[in-house]
Amino acid sequence: MTDDAPDTAADTAPDPSVVAATDALVAVPGVDPDKARAALVDVPREPGAPKPDPILVADGVVRRFGGLTAVDVDHVEIQRGVITALIGPNGAGKTTFFNLLTNFDTADSGRRTFDGQPIDEVPAHKIANYGMVRTFQLTKALSKMSVIDNMKLGATQQKGETLWRSLLPFIWKGQEADIEARAEALLDRFNMTHMRDEFAGTLSGGQRKLLEMARALMVEPTMVMLDEPMAGVNPALTQSLLQHVTGLRDQGMTVLFVEHDMDMVQEISDWVIVMAEGAIIAEGPPQSIGENQAVVDAYLGGSHGAPLDLDRKL
Amino acid sequence: MDWGAILDNILRGAFGEQFIYFGLAAIGLNIHFGYTGLLNFGQAVFMAAGAYGLAMMVATWGLSFWIGVFVGVFVFPFILAIILGAPTLRLRADYLAIVTIAAAEIFRLIVRSPTFDEWTGSSDGLTAFADRFYEFSPFDPGQRYLFGLFIGNQMWVVIVGWVVLALGVTISWLLVRSPWGRVVKAVREDEDAARSLGKNAYSYKMQALIIGGMFGAAGGMLRAIGTQSAQPDNFITDVTFFVWVALILGGAGTVIGPILGAGILYAVLNFTDIVLRQAVNADYIPAAIMSGTQVGQVRFMLIGLALVLLAAFRPQGILGSKEEMALDDR
Repeated sequence: MTDDAPDTAADTAPDPSVVAATDALVAVPGVDPDKARAALVDVPREPGAPKPDPILVADGVVRRFGGLTAVDVDHVEIQRGVITALIGPNGAGKTTFFNLLTNFDTADSGRRTFDGQPIDEVPAHKIANYGMVRTFQLTKALSKMSVIDNMKLGATQQKGETLWRSLLPFIWKGQEADIEARAEALLDRFNMTHMRDEFAGTLSGGQRKLLEMARALMVEPTMVMLDEPMAGVNPALTQSLLQHVTGLRDQGMTVLFVEHDMDMVQEISDWVIVMAEGAIIAEGPPQSIGENQAVVDAYLGGSHGAPLDLDRKL
Repeated sequence: MDWGAILDNILRGAFGEQFIYFGLAAIGLNIHFGYTGLLNFGQAVFMAAGAYGLAMMVATWGLSFWIGVFVGVFVFPFILAIILGAPTLRLRADYLAIVTIAAAEIFRLIVRSPTFDEWTGSSDGLTAFADRFYEFSPFDPGQRYLFGLFIGNQMWVVIVGWVVLALGVTISWLLVRSPWGRVVKAVREDEDAARSLGKNAYSYKMQALIIGGMFGAAGGMLRAIGTQSAQPDNFITDVTFFVWVALILGGAGTVIGPILGAGILYAVLNFTDIVLRQAVNADYIPAAIMSGTQVGQVRFMLIGLALVLLAAFRPQGILGSKEEMALDDR
């Protein structure tokens, strides 16, 4: 099966229960998504604008590859409880910046804090424990593991993951059952219960994206970072994916995603950050971005008249 | 043709000492490669560590047999895995392959070197360290047991070996079915994905290298006990490749695969050996085609041919799953 293979009917049918079911599963305490969104109204529409309640703050983050400065971000704040999109033309340094924010790459300089704690020295695998979880542009479904095993892997603080405890099943069996129940509930929410025991490698591209997102939720994160969640997803599945992303926000999670698809950005993001040539050149609500001269110049290379038509794919 | 002798040889191969030594080493390699995806091309060095761990403690320093067993199975492979893994496990998989293949030769050449003769016995190796082991033997060294397949001391090694093998299979079964096993499989599939979900891929790879190395060491130690000598040339690179053959044949990533592979490998090696030998002696095969002294080489050619056929028609090994293998092509 390849990425353009048709997905099964179960994935394509939008499920009205999706959003309703979310509240029952995990909700981030103390975050009111509506209030968080409303607070963005007063934020100045300029690069590096301070937010009323930032969860992630980056300062002077620079990454060079030899002579090339891939990322040079002065200051950026990500508002808690909203969906922020990170957009920009190809080669703008979005994914590199994303990797720096999640510590999958090491910055040459700069400081970052997550939820008030500095995370500069935190190794990538510990970031998840802070409540920040990411997905990848090229989906990383663990092909030779079943869907349910993929899910169960996501749970943190598993007793049975210690070498000596793994040999004594009675220590971890109870916890394992809880994890399995949680994994099954999430699979149900993502309409993937029928694939429970399939190898993840047999899923279509869109299903893998769903699986990766569901698996990330097993971490019980407060912030979800999605690297091109729509890349390679069949259009029929897009709506369902979008619903899931907004569902995360409605539960109080913070979402930051990198995306090329302007439709998705327009439709679901509360705030947009535009990068070009490694720097942040504009920020604002999605409606304001199309009229921003710097953005239009960055995408189309200057000298032209009409504002950017955001209904077209960039 | 002496069919009785042929059958004896097959059974000795399938259940005898070689099966035990290489089966144990293959269980270890299965944890490395089959489950964690580590390319260890130096399982022989872990086997040597087990053999020399015991032999040096007892023969060189005169410590007790039990201390030797502990050092050989736990301490030496632990130190070795740290030395091999620390610089390479953060890098791509192939670096471990290069380092392990080199380390196996370095270790062998060091213990072989006359400079260290007083500790390692250089090319003669060490002997007289396993007496204590045979003191516990309930079997009469002069008698043959189990339908005459094994003489007394062999029988004792084989019985102990079977128990250790059973223990090894049980441990690896428990490991790979646990959440720990789930994490190492995830590391095999994609390290970054495991990392993004909060798993320390480096630490898990190191743990797998250590525990798999300990199985290798147990195999090597039993081999030293069985032959009552620890000799550098018992741990040449070929040994590593026999372990690999056993693993691939049986099916990497399956619990029983490695010992099934080891049993079949040695059954086939013994079978071809005795059949060819008898055929040459009885002039079924004319001397112009093959002489008795060439039997050793020819049987490896046959094994090579069998492996080529295996790779072509059943690449997942005997127990491996075809569906799982097919996922690689996606």
